[in-house]
Amino acid sequence: MITVHDLTKKYARTTAVDHISFSVSKGQIVGFLGPNGAGKTTTMRVLTCFFPPTAGQATVAGFDVLTQPLEARRHIGYLPETPPLYLEMETVDYLRFVGRLKGLSGAELARRIDYVCDRCAIGDVKKKLTGKLSKGYRQRVGLAQAIIHNPDVLVLDEPTAGLDPRQIIETRELIKGLAGEHTIILSTHILPEVEQTCEQVIIINKGKLVATDSVQNLQARFRGAESILIDIAARAGELSAPAVQQRLEQISGVSRVICRDQQPHGAVFEIESDRGRLVRGDLARFVVESGWDLNELRPAAMSLEEIFLQLTGSAAATASPAVPETNA
Amino acid sequence: MKNAWIVCRRELGSYFTSPIAWLLVTMYSLIFGYFFWNYLGHFVLQSMELQMMGEMAPTNINEEIIRPLLANASFLGIFFIPLISMRLFAEEKRNGTIELLTTSPVRDMEVIVGKWFAATILYCWLVFYSSISFCFLFIYGHPDWKPLAVAYLGLILQGAALLALGTFISTLTRNQIVAGAGTFAACLLLWVFSWVSSYNSAGWAGVLSYLSIITHYESFGRGVLSSKDGIYYLSVIFLGLFFTARSVESLRWRS
Repeated sequence: MITVHDLTKKYARTTAVDHISFSVSKGQIVGFLGPNGAGKTTTMRVLTCFFPPTAGQATVAGFDVLTQPLEARRHIGYLPETPPLYLEMETVDYLRFVGRLKGLSGAELARRIDYVCDRCAIGDVKKKLTGKLSKGYRQRVGLAQAIIHNPDVLVLDEPTAGLDPRQIIETRELIKGLAGEHTIILSTHILPEVEQTCEQVIIINKGKLVATDSVQNLQARFRGAESILIDIAARAGELSAPAVQQRLEQISGVSRVICRDQQPHGAVFEIESDRGRLVRGDLARFVVESGWDLNELRPAAMSLEEIFLQLTGSAAATASPAVPETNA
Repeated sequence: MKNAWIVCRRELGSYFTSPIAWLLVTMYSLIFGYFFWNYLGHFVLQSMELQMMGEMAPTNINEEIIRPLLANASFLGIFFIPLISMRLFAEEKRNGTIELLTTSPVRDMEVIVGKWFAATILYCWLVFYSSISFCFLFIYGHPDWKPLAVAYLGLILQGAALLALGTFISTLTRNQIVAGAGTFAACLLLWVFSWVSSYNSAGWAGVLSYLSIITHYESFGRGVLSSKDGIYYLSVIFLGLFFTARSVESLRWRS
C-alpha cells in the first residue's frame, strides 16, 4: 500500500531524511518511531505530497507522490501534528468543507459526516466552534477529517501528543479500531504506544533507517539469550554482593551476571543464560540452599524502549525524552 | 474550478462569521458617507450661490459629485485592501491549515483563485455599500447611470488587481501584520508612481507612470471604457495570481 524507495529529503543545509526504504502492506498499522528531529514528519510530508522528495521514490496506493500527486492525495487521510482546524468554523461545517475538498458531495457527504462523527465520538460537539473545543476533541475532529473520504492510507503525525492519559487511551483505541479498514502509519516518540497499537515498527534516527520489523521480532532479535532478574536478600546479617555474584556465575548454563542493585541486606542481579538453557530452577534451588530469601525471580523481557536506546545510541536518547511519563 | 468555489465559500464564511467583514463595512460606509456628505454640501452651497448671482446652476451631478467621490473611493480602497487580503495565506500558515489545503486533492491554483475571488467579493460588497449614497442622488436628481456603472467597474477591477497583489504578499509570511503592512506599502507605491511624470518626461518615467494604478482608473472614472486600462488591470491580476502560485509552490520546496 505504501512503498518508499531510497527516499532522501534535503533542506537548505541539513539532510532530514537520508536514503530510507520501507514498505507497508494493506491493512497494517505501522509505528514510525524516532526521537524528535529524526525525520518522521519530513517522511510523512513526502508521503502526503506536501512536498516532493529530493531523491528517491514513494508510492501511496500505487500512485507516485511526485508524478501523480492528486491521485495519491485522494487515497490519503492526513492528520498533521496540530489538527488543521479552522477555529472560527463549527465542527460540522468544517467536516463538510473538508469532505467537499476531498471530492464528496450530496447524500454521500452527509452520510460520511454522520459516520465519522459517530466513529470519532464527536456527535455532541457538532454545532460547536472548533476553536472552543478541548485538545482531546480537537484531535478527534482532526482524525474525523482524515477519514472522511474513507482513504486507503491514514498518515497520523504524533496523534496522541499533548493529550491527557485518558484521552491517549481513547485515541489509541480509536486508531486500533480503524486499522482493519485503513492502512495506518503513525509517528510517535512514545515507545509503549508502538508496543500497544502497532504491528510493525520502523525506527529512524537522524534521518537514517535504523530498523524495520514487527514488534515481536524486534524484541526477540534483541533479547538474544534469555535474561532473568533475581532479587536476593539475606535472612540475617549482611549480604556480600560480589561474593554472591561470583557464586552465581559458577552455576552451569549462566553466561553472564550483572549486579543491578546493591544494598546491605540484599541485591538484584540480571542473569543471562546460554541460548536454549533453562536455569531458573537451578537458580531458585541455589538461592534457597544457600540460606537466602528469594524475593523475586522473573524473565527480563527487553522492552522496546531498551531496543530503541540500543539502536539510536544513548546520546540521542538522553537528548530527547523517550520516557513516556513526560509526554503522557 | 469546482474546488475553487468550495475554497471561496469557506473563505467568505470565515470573513462573515468573524467580525472582519462587519467591521470593514462599517468603517467603509462611515468614511464614504462622510465623503458623500461633504461633496453634496459643497455642491448644494455652490448651486445656491450661483443661483443668487443669477447664473445657471451647475446641473452636472456626475461631474460635480460622482466622479470626484469615486476617485476618493478608489483611494480609500488602498487602506481597505490590505485589511482584506492580509489574512488569506498568513493565517493558514500560522494555524497549520495550509497543510490541509496542500495535501488535499486540489490544485494550488484552485486554492489561490478561490481565496482571491472571495476577497474580491468582499471588496465588491464594501463598494456596494457606497452605492446607497448614490441612491439619494437618483431620488432627488437625474444623474447619468452609465458613467457611474463604468466607474464602478473600474473600482472593482482596481480592487481585484490590488487584491491579487495582496494575496501574493500574504503567502510570504506567517504574520498577518507584516502581510498587511507590505500590501499597504505596495499599494501606496503603485499609487504614487504616477507622480514622477509631472516633472520628468524621460522614457523610464513614462513606464513608471504607466505602471501606476491610478493612471488607469482615470478613464474609468470619466466613464470611458478603455480596453488598454482594462488589460492593465487584468494583467496585474494575472501576474499577482501567477506569483502567488509560484510562492505557494516554493513553500513546498523550502519549508
